[in-house]
Amino acid sequence: MEAKSKDLWVFIETKEDGSAKNVGIELLNPGRELANKQGGKLVAVVVGYNTKAAVEEAGKHGADQIIVVDGEEYKVFSTDAYKLAMLHVIEKYAPTTILIGATPEGRDFAPRLSCNLKTGLTADCTGLDIDDETGNMIWTRPTFGGNLMACIMCPDNRPQMGTVRPGVFKKPAETENKAEVITEDFHVTPDQIRTEVLKVMKESAADFVDLEGADIIVSGGRGVGGADGFKILKDLADALGGVVGASRAAVDEGWISHSHQVGQTGKTVGPKLYIACGISGAIQHAAGITGSDVIVAINKDADAPIFDIADYGVVGNLFDIVPVFTEEVKKLKG
Amino acid sequence: MNILVCVKQVPDTTEIKIDPKTNTLIRDGVPSIVNPFDGYALEAAARIKDKNPDTKIVVMSMGPSQAEAALRDCLAIAADKAYLVSDRAFGGSDTLATSYILSSAVKKIEELEGKFDAVFCGKQAIDGDTAQVGPELAEHLGYPQVTYGLEVSLEDDSLHVLREAEDGTEIIGVKLPCVVTFTKPSFDPRFPTIKRKMAARRAKIEQLSAADLTTIDLTRAGLKGSPTKVKKSFVPPRKEAGVVIKEATPEDSAHKLFQTLNDAHVI
Ligand SMILES: Cc1cc2nc3c(=O)[nH]c(=O)nc-3n(C[C@H](O)[C@H](O)[C@H](O)COP(=O)(O)OP(=O)(O)OC[C@H]3O[C@@H](n4cnc5c(N)ncnc54)[C@H](O)[C@@H]3O)c2cc1C
Ligand SMILES: Cc1cc2nc3c(=O)[nH]c(=O)nc-3n(C[C@H](O)[C@H](O)[C@H](O)COP(=O)(O)OP(=O)(O)OC[C@H]3O[C@@H](n4cnc5c(N)ncnc54)[C@H](O)[C@@H]3O)c2cc1C
Repeated sequence: MEAKSKDLWVFIETKEDGSAKNVGIELLNPGRELANKQGGKLVAVVVGYNTKAAVEEAGKHGADQIIVVDGEEYKVFSTDAYKLAMLHVIEKYAPTTILIGATPEGRDFAPRLSCNLKTGLTADCTGLDIDDETGNMIWTRPTFGGNLMACIMCPDNRPQMGTVRPGVFKKPAETENKAEVITEDFHVTPDQIRTEVLKVMKESAADFVDLEGADIIVSGGRGVGGADGFKILKDLADALGGVVGASRAAVDEGWISHSHQVGQTGKTVGPKLYIACGISGAIQHAAGITGSDVIVAINKDADAPIFDIADYGVVGNLFDIVPVFTEEVKKLKG
Repeated sequence: MNILVCVKQVPDTTEIKIDPKTNTLIRDGVPSIVNPFDGYALEAAARIKDKNPDTKIVVMSMGPSQAEAALRDCLAIAADKAYLVSDRAFGGSDTLATSYILSSAVKKIEELEGKFDAVFCGKQAIDGDTAQVGPELAEHLGYPQVTYGLEVSLEDDSLHVLREAEDGTEIIGVKLPCVVTFTKPSFDPRFPTIKRKMAARRAKIEQLSAADLTTIDLTRAGLKGSPTKVKKSFVPPRKEAGVVIKEATPEDSAHKLFQTLNDAHVI
């Protein structure tokens, strides 16, 4: 496909209530600079139902233009509806670059979209830049479980597309909303959606945690020993104003719910401070935490691999260390 | 039911080390394994077969001849038939080209094995890590898809897929034929029996080259058919060795940790 403009698009994923998920707004931040370098507009594309809040938020965070596809069929995510909606607007406006959050939904429908358009898609990027010589995007992404970084380009096909990890970029500052809003009246029929949600088993709201947006995460692994052990981690997290995370081992044991899981089959996080308690540091866990600014590990085994990636490592029994540390924090904050 | 499971042979990334002198990835001597997520896909197929014994499970891998070993592992565990899709023309394929080649292979294998009701993939391969081949294969085939599958059951002409969602799990109904990609379930996949292992060692692995894939357009395969180009790869800068805290008593360690983090303005 030939690009019709030098515009850069950011896909704004919405929640069921029509507000924007963080990642789309975050991407407006690098998107601004990239769009300027490309010499085109920064366009936010909102797909969802009753999306007023999301449109407003994209406008406040610097989008020049907002393309909206709104309809009841987009309330609950489906691969087919989202792909068709995006395909429609891409074919109509033909931008040069598209950024999509690497959320479960983004990674589900983006490959179908790029495949349909016969163009390249770079997965789960953590770095974005533009090659001065050619003007092409340079997408940087981790592979081999984070052991190797790759810089990828899509020189000959348009649009050039990538999914980008949540939490890597900070939301841009709010500015005056000057966005031009274009509403696309595009709908898919029920028979075009070939999957059906038969049953939803949501974790109770009390169990759910927003790890991707957290600044401080206190995580526990098998070394925490049980659901009771997580209480002392919760105390520390509360004292620090953070949230609790977990290794897969702790989740599989049933000590804490899945939304707390960090790693290759859990969340990828990028907090300012990550405190790993009783976690050995397996590659599948490490893959999810290397974007943290500071990693603290508390483990009784001085040879645990977690110490290889920790900025501060405390060798010792977490049950002795964490409560004392929590008291100190409380004194400081209280 | 006729199920195709797509399997990639990958280096065991838990064994990969960094050469401290050259700062590159050491791949020599690293064992090759069946991508773990593909093992979960195979297990899901095997569980359908447990309940529906007339199910046929075919495994397919694209890769060099060594990938036969991965296919034999799958035959030992649960697969009935194995195809290796291998040709120099396929080297350097990105996910668009890979999924295109795999879709051409599906068409060929269907001529020999009958139509597939479902194609199962892993969520992602642990080397490339893109998680794109499954959905792209679904797009080439024009099938609906469900990603992040944990368990499946066959209900008339549909699959019910227990799927991992962001804040819990959900069950998705999807009409056959479809593509499902699998993530790690809470149970371990089965082990091969001695008998199956021995049979797998002797089994014939069917070979498909570019010439065998009658529908393929080779300009869409390999390095040339790949829109994305890896321009450079590098080992992420290693962190400097961290500060180790190990005082005489755990209480002292806790105080020291607090002091250190406070001084560094981390808390
Ligand atoms: C395909 C696949 C995907 C996976 N995805 C993930 C994922 O997303 N996230 C994830 O975390 N894992 C994942 N895993 C699992 C991963 O390989 C490890 O098994 C898991 O991370 C181990 O969890 P752990 O560190 O809590 O437990 P362990 O490895 O058992 O480590 C426990 C640690 O606690 C320490 N300890 C014990 N008692 C104490 C104490 N009192 N005080 C201090 N320290 C103590 C021990 O020294 C040990 O280091 C995946 C595996 C596979 C195969
Ligand atoms: C460093 C590096 C970075 C890369 N980044 C990108 C990128 O961003 N975008 C891109 O398009 N390509 C990229 N590639 C190319 C990509 O790795 C290959 O196309 C690879 O063949 C398939 O991608 P994957 O390993 O990520 O598989 P995934 O898409 O993660 O695999 C998902 C599932 O598809 C099936 N599958 C995948 N490959 C095969 C196979 N060969 N045979 C049978 N079944 C298979 C398996 O069931 C697997 O579990 C990159 C390559 C390298 C070396």
